[in-house]
Amino acid sequence: MEDEDLSVTPLVELNGIVKRFPNVVANDRVNFSLMPGEVHALLGENAAGKTTLMNILYGLYQPDDGEIYVKGKRVRIRSPADSIKLGIGMVHQSFRLIPVHTVWENVVLGLTEAGFILNKKKLTEIVKRVCEEYGWNIDPNARVWQLSVGERQQVELLKLLIRNAEVLILDEPTSVLTPQETRSLFKAIRIMAKKGKGIIFITHKLEEVFEVSDRVTVMRKGRVVATKLTNEVTAEELANLMIGRPVLFKLERPEVKKGGVVLETKGLKAMGDRGVLALDGVNLQVHSGEIVGIAGVAGNGQEELIEVLAGLRRADGGKVFIDGEDVTNKGVGHLIGKGVAYIPPESTRWALIRDMRLVENIALKLYRSKNFSGRLTINWRKLFEFSKKLVEEYGIAAHGPSTLAGTLSGGNLQRVVLARELSATLDGKVPKLILAAYPTKGLDVAATEFVQGLLLKYRSMGSAIIFLSEDLEEIMMLSDRIAVISRGRIVGEFSPREKTVEEVGMMMVKGSMA
Amino acid sequence: MSIEWIEPVLASTTSIGVVYLLGSLGEIYAERSGVLNLGLEGIMAIGAAISFIITIAWGHALAFLVASVFGMLMGFLLAFFTVSLRLNQIAVGLAITMLGSGLSGFIAFPTTRKTILQFLNPELPSTALEIQSAPMLPSVPLPFLKEIPIVGPMFFNHNIAVYIALMLAPMMWFLLFRTSIGLKIRSVGENPGMADALGINVFRIRYFTCMLSGVFSALAGAYLMLGFQPFWIEGMTGGRGFITLSLIILSTWSPLRAIFGSLLFGGIEVLQYRLQLFGLGATSPQFVLMLPYAIAVITLSLLSLESFRKRISAPAALAKPYYREE
Repeated sequence: MEDEDLSVTPLVELNGIVKRFPNVVANDRVNFSLMPGEVHALLGENAAGKTTLMNILYGLYQPDDGEIYVKGKRVRIRSPADSIKLGIGMVHQSFRLIPVHTVWENVVLGLTEAGFILNKKKLTEIVKRVCEEYGWNIDPNARVWQLSVGERQQVELLKLLIRNAEVLILDEPTSVLTPQETRSLFKAIRIMAKKGKGIIFITHKLEEVFEVSDRVTVMRKGRVVATKLTNEVTAEELANLMIGRPVLFKLERPEVKKGGVVLETKGLKAMGDRGVLALDGVNLQVHSGEIVGIAGVAGNGQEELIEVLAGLRRADGGKVFIDGEDVTNKGVGHLIGKGVAYIPPESTRWALIRDMRLVENIALKLYRSKNFSGRLTINWRKLFEFSKKLVEEYGIAAHGPSTLAGTLSGGNLQRVVLARELSATLDGKVPKLILAAYPTKGLDVAATEFVQGLLLKYRSMGSAIIFLSEDLEEIMMLSDRIAVISRGRIVGEFSPREKTVEEVGMMMVKGSMA
Repeated sequence: MSIEWIEPVLASTTSIGVVYLLGSLGEIYAERSGVLNLGLEGIMAIGAAISFIITIAWGHALAFLVASVFGMLMGFLLAFFTVSLRLNQIAVGLAITMLGSGLSGFIAFPTTRKTILQFLNPELPSTALEIQSAPMLPSVPLPFLKEIPIVGPMFFNHNIAVYIALMLAPMMWFLLFRTSIGLKIRSVGENPGMADALGINVFRIRYFTCMLSGVFSALAGAYLMLGFQPFWIEGMTGGRGFITLSLIILSTWSPLRAIFGSLLFGGIEVLQYRLQLFGLGATSPQFVLMLPYAIAVITLSLLSLESFRKRISAPAALAKPYYREE
């Protein structure tokens, strides 16, 4: 750290932090430091280890190795209560507020200085004073549920400021804010920095790094790849550091003749879970025999898009057509009947019932089929035979269809989901449209290849496929066409041969910059 | 109908209302912290039985004291099963109700009672060992105040327990809404995980409120026995514990509003006797008896609307055990 003034002790210093989770090293010998009066951006893609690192500093996780120094003193932070005592506070992406309580009650909760009898007048005045310092306009007596999202965030910050936190960790604070609210937040951050507080700003948006930070640390796959002064680095450099160099490996891609349009969306709009517009007019066409990869930095609307197409999320505007039929908001059952297969994100959690047998899990969709059920009863014998075939065909490591789903490993569970979604269609034909959300996430190499091969096989058989992946290289490799999504809009469509991974990466990040 | 008819009705409304008020004051604390004390009815029965015996043996003051100690123990039991072992609060509550009804019947049963009384106070005359009623708390009319029409007989011509209960309600309100312990209790009932992260001991708070609720439930039973209906009958609580539970919903978990809720439900009960007396409700006393529950059902349905819940702040984590994630 040659750039630092050695006469000042850093507020926080993390040395060689290691954190392992089952199957993954979330933080691999991470070094990080924060100076007083500094805004330090922590940049990286999702699952790069940013939040894990900060949860360690905040006391939610215990590191497996490494040292933490606060103002030059070595400390152990066992719980959030410990970190608050050390002057470290964190604002999480989901707010930790009690909506039915007033602003001042939320701020005062757990504050020992407040005394036994709470002096409402004095406390509201303190809240008002701090609000004025940062240019906020919150009524201390308002109940939190009456406040806007931006104001709730200010209450979270108030909680930390009143506890005299010197280190403020903000986890992607702008993801829920409107542009105006973002500007006001940045202003407040600069005021905090001027007062000598240190701010750690977790983000994956490049423009925010340049707008608010003094220094930036880039993380990728659990490691710090660079720490630089913000004014000495360009957006291109940061994008490359963040996304990383690709390691391409070859995949057999037979030539397939593209068929007619299967899926078409026109001006599709939908709200996200937080009540913010997640899809803002998506126009997309997918043909039969084509894989369209959706590339985008996490949280730009790709998951909402898939959910709307699968019938799980209401479209608030625009239309969805399958084979020319308007299926907007027609419901999951109707879409399944139209031949839509859906592999949800975290499918092993959301697509299966772990306490049920494989044959029952497969029946969850097939019970609708006339081939397998009569008017009142399900033909279990036939289903059992069918499931047995699937278990063999998909190489599911299970004794047979009566194995409990919960006893299988992640990779095998994913095969069960694929078997049900791809082979167990109601009419026995190939699915018309396959929505695959992160189908290879968390799988080992062999299972990944199996899934990729399967998608290519169904492409040859004429399915239209939409494919999401957090791995840009995988998207480049598997897709016939790539659509880049940013802030709920498709900002570019092209063939993977036309662009390099760097160019696409830039587009993903810059799209959010536009 | 004349005014002479109104005043005794109002006086008994307060008399019976205090049973509900005492029960609800503790229960509000438990529910505000996220624990539903469905054992209220049973703890009330124990409070009544114990106060019955202790009054005969040692007098009124100790009767209330011993009843609250037993109530506290029952509250501890509730906390142990629901907070520490995280068992289903409904099941535990019902079990405690059954335990309470059975136990109260057992200890107040003539032969057991006789043995207990002889053990507690060997000097008791033999008539006291057989007696089915306890000496009632003496009425202490407040000079001048009791002369005020309507309000006088309603509030100022009662025994000491009534006055204390009526004063406790605003105090309990202040404790819940204006002190840091109250804020902690309410936060634990809203979002225990968050409260825990702020260094608040969720388990300790819930043990405290459970035991408090046990004490108040037992006091409600003791008052029922000594201040309202001094004859021991097995099952004398008569579902009043469950009515208290619905009253709390109506009072939207506020000790102050609980005063009005208690008087309303007390009034309904008195009215029901009166109407029968006049032959009015004789055909369908069940209709009047149903009213408290109907009101509770309507309030509950309104509560299922999130917008309504937010406005009146029903505890969000009610009846949800807290698991600390490690």
